[in-house]
Amino acid sequence: MSTVTDTKKKAPAGERVADWADGRLGIYTLAKANMRKIFPDHWSFMLGEICLYSFIIIILTGVYLTLFFHPSMNEVEYAGPYVPLQGQLMSEAFNSTMHISFEVRGGLLIRQIHHWAALIFLAGMFVHMMRVFFTGAFRKPREINWLFGFLLFFLGMFTGFTGYSLPDDLLSGTGVRFMQGAILSVPVVGTYLSMFLFGGEFPGGDFVARFYSAHVLLLPGIMLGLMVAHLILVFVHKHTHFEGPGRTNKNVVGMPLLPVYMAKAGGFFFLVFGVIAIIAAIASINPIWALGPYRPDQVSTGAQPDWYMGFAEGLIRVMPGWEINLWGHTLVLGVFIPLVIFPAVLGAIAVYPFIESWITGDKREHHIAQRPRNAPTRTAFGVAWITAYMIMLVGGGNDLWATHFHLSINSITWFVRIFFFAGPVIAFIVTKRICLGLQRRDKDKVLHGRESGIIKRLPHGEFVEVHEPLSQGELHRLTAHEQYAPAELPPAVDENGVERKIGRMEKLRVKLNKGYYGEDNQIAKPTVEEYKEIQSGHGHH
Amino acid sequence: MSSQEISEENLPAGQDTAHGAVKVADDPFADPGLPPHKPRIQDIDERAARRSERAVAFMFTLSMLATVGFIASYVIFPVDKIVYIWPFGRVSALNFALGLTLGAALFFIGAGAVHWARTLMSDVEVADERHPIEASPEVKAKVMADFAAGAAESGMGRRKLIRNTMFGALSLVPLSGIVLLRDMGPLPEKKLRTTLWAKGKQLINMNTHEPLRPEDVAVGSLTFAMPEGLSEHDHHFQTEIAKAALMIVRIQPEDIKDKRELEWSHDGIVAFSKICTHVGCPISLYEQQTHHVLCPCHQSTFDLSDGARVIFGPAGHALPQLRIGVNEKGFLEALGDFDEPVGPAFWERG
Amino acid sequence: MKKLSARRRHPLAAVVVLLLALAATGGLYAAFAPAGTAKADETAQSLAIEEGKKLYSVGCASCHGTGGQGTSDGPSLVGVGSASVDFQVGTGRMPAQQPGAQVPKKKNIYSQAEIDQLAAYIASLGAGPITPTEKQYDPAGADAAKGGELFRTNCAQCHNFTGEGGALTHGKYAPSLEGVSPKHLYEAMQTGPQNMPSFPDTTMPEQQKKDIIAYVQAVNSEKADNPGGLSLGGLGPVSEGLFAWVFGLGALIAVAVWVAAHTAKAKKS
Repeated sequence: MSTVTDTKKKAPAGERVADWADGRLGIYTLAKANMRKIFPDHWSFMLGEICLYSFIIIILTGVYLTLFFHPSMNEVEYAGPYVPLQGQLMSEAFNSTMHISFEVRGGLLIRQIHHWAALIFLAGMFVHMMRVFFTGAFRKPREINWLFGFLLFFLGMFTGFTGYSLPDDLLSGTGVRFMQGAILSVPVVGTYLSMFLFGGEFPGGDFVARFYSAHVLLLPGIMLGLMVAHLILVFVHKHTHFEGPGRTNKNVVGMPLLPVYMAKAGGFFFLVFGVIAIIAAIASINPIWALGPYRPDQVSTGAQPDWYMGFAEGLIRVMPGWEINLWGHTLVLGVFIPLVIFPAVLGAIAVYPFIESWITGDKREHHIAQRPRNAPTRTAFGVAWITAYMIMLVGGGNDLWATHFHLSINSITWFVRIFFFAGPVIAFIVTKRICLGLQRRDKDKVLHGRESGIIKRLPHGEFVEVHEPLSQGELHRLTAHEQYAPAELPPAVDENGVERKIGRMEKLRVKLNKGYYGEDNQIAKPTVEEYKEIQSGHGHH
Repeated sequence: MSSQEISEENLPAGQDTAHGAVKVADDPFADPGLPPHKPRIQDIDERAARRSERAVAFMFTLSMLATVGFIASYVIFPVDKIVYIWPFGRVSALNFALGLTLGAALFFIGAGAVHWARTLMSDVEVADERHPIEASPEVKAKVMADFAAGAAESGMGRRKLIRNTMFGALSLVPLSGIVLLRDMGPLPEKKLRTTLWAKGKQLINMNTHEPLRPEDVAVGSLTFAMPEGLSEHDHHFQTEIAKAALMIVRIQPEDIKDKRELEWSHDGIVAFSKICTHVGCPISLYEQQTHHVLCPCHQSTFDLSDGARVIFGPAGHALPQLRIGVNEKGFLEALGDFDEPVGPAFWERG
Repeated sequence: MKKLSARRRHPLAAVVVLLLALAATGGLYAAFAPAGTAKADETAQSLAIEEGKKLYSVGCASCHGTGGQGTSDGPSLVGVGSASVDFQVGTGRMPAQQPGAQVPKKKNIYSQAEIDQLAAYIASLGAGPITPTEKQYDPAGADAAKGGELFRTNCAQCHNFTGEGGALTHGKYAPSLEGVSPKHLYEAMQTGPQNMPSFPDTTMPEQQKKDIIAYVQAVNSEKADNPGGLSLGGLGPVSEGLFAWVFGLGALIAVAVWVAAHTAKAKKS
């Protein structure tokens, strides 16, 4: 990418290559728009990069693993070096994973990098998504990119699931069995779906090969496409930035791609890869030799999925065993309801941007990342959602909480059953209070200045703390956020005296809007008049 | 959506003010614009810049050494060498060495590049203007006109026959793809209703592979069995054992509360399906004092002394019981198949 | 545990075990065999029983009744056999400290000789499983791979893949098998302590118990290999997930903070 501008002499080799490419690809036009593209500096804007890079690491290591992995369920007798499995019957999938782990030099490392990177990829996407959510960075024009990101998270979960099922070990096989049982619960077509997916009865001899093609081709192919689209949109929209002096909705302030972000983002790839490689060196993941090959009549306690499926696991664990038998058919609600709630809860966060834009009625572009406290209702909703998610994660590991905190597994299950509903409500109320409190503090800070910690004694003996006035940049930062006025229903009778028809949806919208921006739901930011009055008075602090 | 009715005054004033545009004197909250750039030590002190340069070069050198170390480790350590390293335990020397050297080789490239960017490349913040994503009205008008012209030229609107048959063809053609999926598996038929168990099949101990005698099964013990004739080397072993796996316990007959359970037992020996009726985990966490059996996957709990009914958790119905007796040779045998499907419930189960 | 295994290697241990075995078999014989067998054994045995009875009345009788018949606080010990006593007292579970969902293991306060005397007394109350000899439980030469398969069929559902333990209903649990001596592993399978079912020789022969012990030693002891690195408690995806969040993502976010932070400015501009 380096070009030398001194064109008086014969153009240097690099420039000639670039000229050649430009004549065919039009790279100069592309570079003109993008080479000095500005990226704002903030650590939370790098969360997406953690996801991108761990995805690339997963692809690189995954390709390596395919060189040795045999996606076959033919039974073989283990004859490798791991003594506590010698002579055991296992599928070729398991056997080849043992081969990768114990006989291919570096195979274990690559396996562990692959799996650790997958856990971090999903965790990174979760945190990245929350960052975008809590700063309102999903607002127009970024709603579609939010959906792309959500789809990546959703597909990532299933790519992970199909991936960790491939070694055909006792733990993942139990997970596949669970999935098959869940499919069977689908009304009308469940048994057919199960027969088609598994090529007959469970476990049959097909699912590893089928999961393999989904895991290495179908799902990552879609994800790669989505990720490219996601990145193109990031370039097109330009990154959001936080409020601050000089930062407006019409500009983006930061460092240029060439050279700063080329070095920072490029360097960050190596940092991410390096950290994951070190983790894979020191910490074991999915030690299939300790789990043993899958047998449908064997099981271990503590059978959990990888963390991103823990939410589904929690739902299925705490659901009461409802089953309805009618007219010779069985409706397996105890399994089917969790199967429906699972995408519904995830979907709730996915469609949120559209709900919020409907409530606000705001159709303008937003490029300023909000501080979570300045959108209390949204922040409270997000925290409530996370609470529900986390409570189900606890439910998914109820047996381990029981043994490690000396609790009864039955009590934990009841706790989760109750707090899946109560927890989000409490979290919503508490979070909103905290946000409003923080807004008040910001207001105080603007009007009265920063607490300096210096105590002064006034002539009449009173002690006061000296407040230092804020700089103008800081004053601007704390007052630049937008505040919506609450929506009002138009008068019931219009100017011609005709009764106005107001739809039910519009009434709901206004009600919700008041819940967002009504009197008690946001703290009016300080006005210039208030500020001037207090500054001129100066007597009180 | 009734967006037209939303009055503009509910929307706040925009944040569009270009920096420095507002007179600062009137408005204490006005945007003062980007703060002036403050130089770093490296910007004003060439020695500091030199130090940074050396630090970056040092990190890149460390990376090179780490790569050499990686190759050396690959050659030196046998793949099966185990060493004790505190606090990680008895780990593979090769995995540990390869991981750390690879990690260091990558990490120091990144650390060097970032340190370079942070200390030596310009850190002047630059503002870039944004442009609205949506096109200007002229562009939109041009596109609409082009589209109208193209649509008109195609005759889509006029020649309805072409349009309708094309939609028909396009909507039918994916069916071929769906039809092709038919052979992914057989139809369910009665497959989920039957297991290998049948009248006269002896109960084979999973541990010893010998037929079980009633006197082998003590009160408080736990035994697993498979049907006679099934072998772990069979092609269909996995699929068959997934349905036929059996859990055998012995309960004092007077402790058995369920009448049918007692009838189907032999002298207090009861045989239940090992496959959970929730989603099919092999359930066998048997508490011999309470006769409760817990599923390790989702904690469904069944009472084996009361017809294996569900007493906790997400399972919807009791574990199926296998009716057993003793044959003339004195071995335990099944008196038929399970009388209901084993494992998870499904739509056709009834 | 260390003390116990040290005592196991005591020169007198074999004698004690032998005496105990003889005493227990003697107990059985006393009921069935015609009178007039080995007088000397009988004397040693009755001596041990006598001593055991004294220990019993001090440490056990308050819950299990003066004659081992059981009370509302403790089950009857008639017919539980010497192996049960050796396990329960040897792992410190008995005497129990307080009622609860399950009696936990704790520091053993009896010497092996005392335990043997207690066991002899309990065995005299009624025939039951007999304390195994070292020959029975010594896993040397056993097939760990076969043991692994047996472990996954019979044990892993409660004790986890590698014997890390797991939860049961209402606060009960299957304990971790880490550091449990082969003898106690054997006795647990033989007798089924507390809510654990038993795996008698009729359904799980002695050799298979040895295989299982060999497997547990191979995967869950100080000598067990963890080629991949930290085993994270051997608990599987939950601890892996926590590790990925805390150390994986945590480290990466720390790095991201460094990458994005502004470089320190010079003091004087």
